[in-house]
Amino acid sequence: MNIHTNEALGLDLKNRPDISYIANLIKPGERVLDLGCGYGELMLILKNKGVRVQGIEKDDKCIIQCVKKSLYVHHGDIDDGLKHHLDHSFDFVILNQTIQQTLNPGEIIKECLRIGKQVIIVFPNFSHWQIRSSILLSGKTPVTDLMPFHWYDTPNLHYLSGQDFEDFCDFERIKVLHRAFFNRTRQIKLFPNLFATLALFVIRA
Amino acid sequence: MPTSEQNEFSHGSVGVVQTQVVRFESFTLEGGETITPLEIAYETYGTLNEKKDNAILVCHALSGDAHAAGFHEGDKRPGYWDYYIGPGKAFDTNRYFIISSNVIGGCKGSSGPLTINGKNGKPFQSTFPFVSIGDMVGAQEKLISSFGIHKLFAVAGGSMGGMQALQWSVAYPDRLKNCIVMASSSEHSAQQIAFNEVGRQAILSDPNWNQGLYTQENRPSKGLALARMMGHITYLSDEMMREKFGRKPPKGNIQSTDFAVGSYLIYQGESFVDRFDANSYIYVTKALDHFSLGTGKELTKVLSKVRCRFLVVAYTSDWLYPPYQSEEIVKSLEVNAVPVSFVELNNPAGHDSFLLPSEQQDSILRDFLSSTDEGVFL
Repeated sequence: MNIHTNEALGLDLKNRPDISYIANLIKPGERVLDLGCGYGELMLILKNKGVRVQGIEKDDKCIIQCVKKSLYVHHGDIDDGLKHHLDHSFDFVILNQTIQQTLNPGEIIKECLRIGKQVIIVFPNFSHWQIRSSILLSGKTPVTDLMPFHWYDTPNLHYLSGQDFEDFCDFERIKVLHRAFFNRTRQIKLFPNLFATLALFVIRA
Repeated sequence: MPTSEQNEFSHGSVGVVQTQVVRFESFTLEGGETITPLEIAYETYGTLNEKKDNAILVCHALSGDAHAAGFHEGDKRPGYWDYYIGPGKAFDTNRYFIISSNVIGGCKGSSGPLTINGKNGKPFQSTFPFVSIGDMVGAQEKLISSFGIHKLFAVAGGSMGGMQALQWSVAYPDRLKNCIVMASSSEHSAQQIAFNEVGRQAILSDPNWNQGLYTQENRPSKGLALARMMGHITYLSDEMMREKFGRKPPKGNIQSTDFAVGSYLIYQGESFVDRFDANSYIYVTKALDHFSLGTGKELTKVLSKVRCRFLVVAYTSDWLYPPYQSEEIVKSLEVNAVPVSFVELNNPAGHDSFLLPSEQQDSILRDFLSSTDEGVFL
């Protein structure tokens, strides 16, 4: 899950532009489901804001840390754990750097659109220029800040770019409400598919 | 007091404790029959604070009793949950007032088949009325009310204790703040009923059974021992049995069994007979089998009335109460937007895991209890 990257980067999540962007989208009292919530850093920020947040995570070490933070988490796998949730029972469903690690992202996104009024999806942008040039120049699978794994030990099963996701939403007739792109320290507005390390989409059915 | 022999337990012990008995004039069971008087055996650890809002009710499993922590005078082994109850432990007696009661229908001091029937001066035995999990909880409610406690800080239990905790949350939704359900289920599956049925049939087929009206000198001991042996297999796991016994021959009774696991089970069965009553075994296993809050949508409807936070713990190696049953409870709570944390621990000891020391379990119980969430009800 995203825990590996956050740990590796040692980032203060509160100051991260993507995290404050998400926190600003969600109002106190709204109900949120965080899929692949990791150690619960984002959930804690939302909870402190008065958001009613719960998470799902498959790593038991993470669950124990979430309980320590007084967060509510379900120990389980997103790939088989969402069916019981009722249609539109959450104001937001969040997939924060989770979607690239699921077995069947297309199905999971549709399931999220069913149970959430809006869905926030954040993923590492695979078309960042450094990734492009790394493949071009070294001919090797890139290892980056946001994807700090080798081909043989990565939890990431899928690699996608902002443009890939736009195409997916077009094809599936999913409405994109907001799109935002980031690097470690700020929002990227110019040629984001080339310069952003992280892509964020807010979608609804 | 704990001696050097009890080093592994002596850290943070509540020390020497005594089981007490409280008596109420009468108690009407769900089935309509009245127990007169109602007696409940219980122990307490820690101190009830002035606001009476720091009480945790601990509910025991099938063969448990009110002795959850500390030592009885002269005992070498402490109560069954001593790993988790005591000063500085997960159920911290410096902070919480722990109440542990023996269930009614049991045989460890609360009203049950061994109670003397005032009408004829003899024990009720199998003429004692049917007791449900709801009745056990109803009796506990009288006990905590007698302390002047309106709202429990938490109700916690594993296995049958978990069912009682769950029942608390629906029977008295406003009277508990936290509910901890471990290695448990919202109702028994056919497999769980099947195991219990074999146990009961073993008792019923004992030559001394006499329709449950046996004398203490001629008890259906063999049948009860067999029931316990059967039960004990389901409490362990394949991995644990392999590690502990493998195919080793027994040390002593080679005449009666060829394998160490067999001699272990025989020992467990025989020692159980000394501390448990066959009628109680039947009453309590029936209470377990009849308990049903439903599954799926039915369970979701039943749990719509709960008002507390939940912690649900399951164990990967538990084949008696498999994790899917815990997840069923969790999903129904989630649909009702109840704040719930669910963890499946990978402890190899099977169903009995909840009783054994585990750092992960310790930390999750401790942190769940100490995170005082006064925030919005989800």
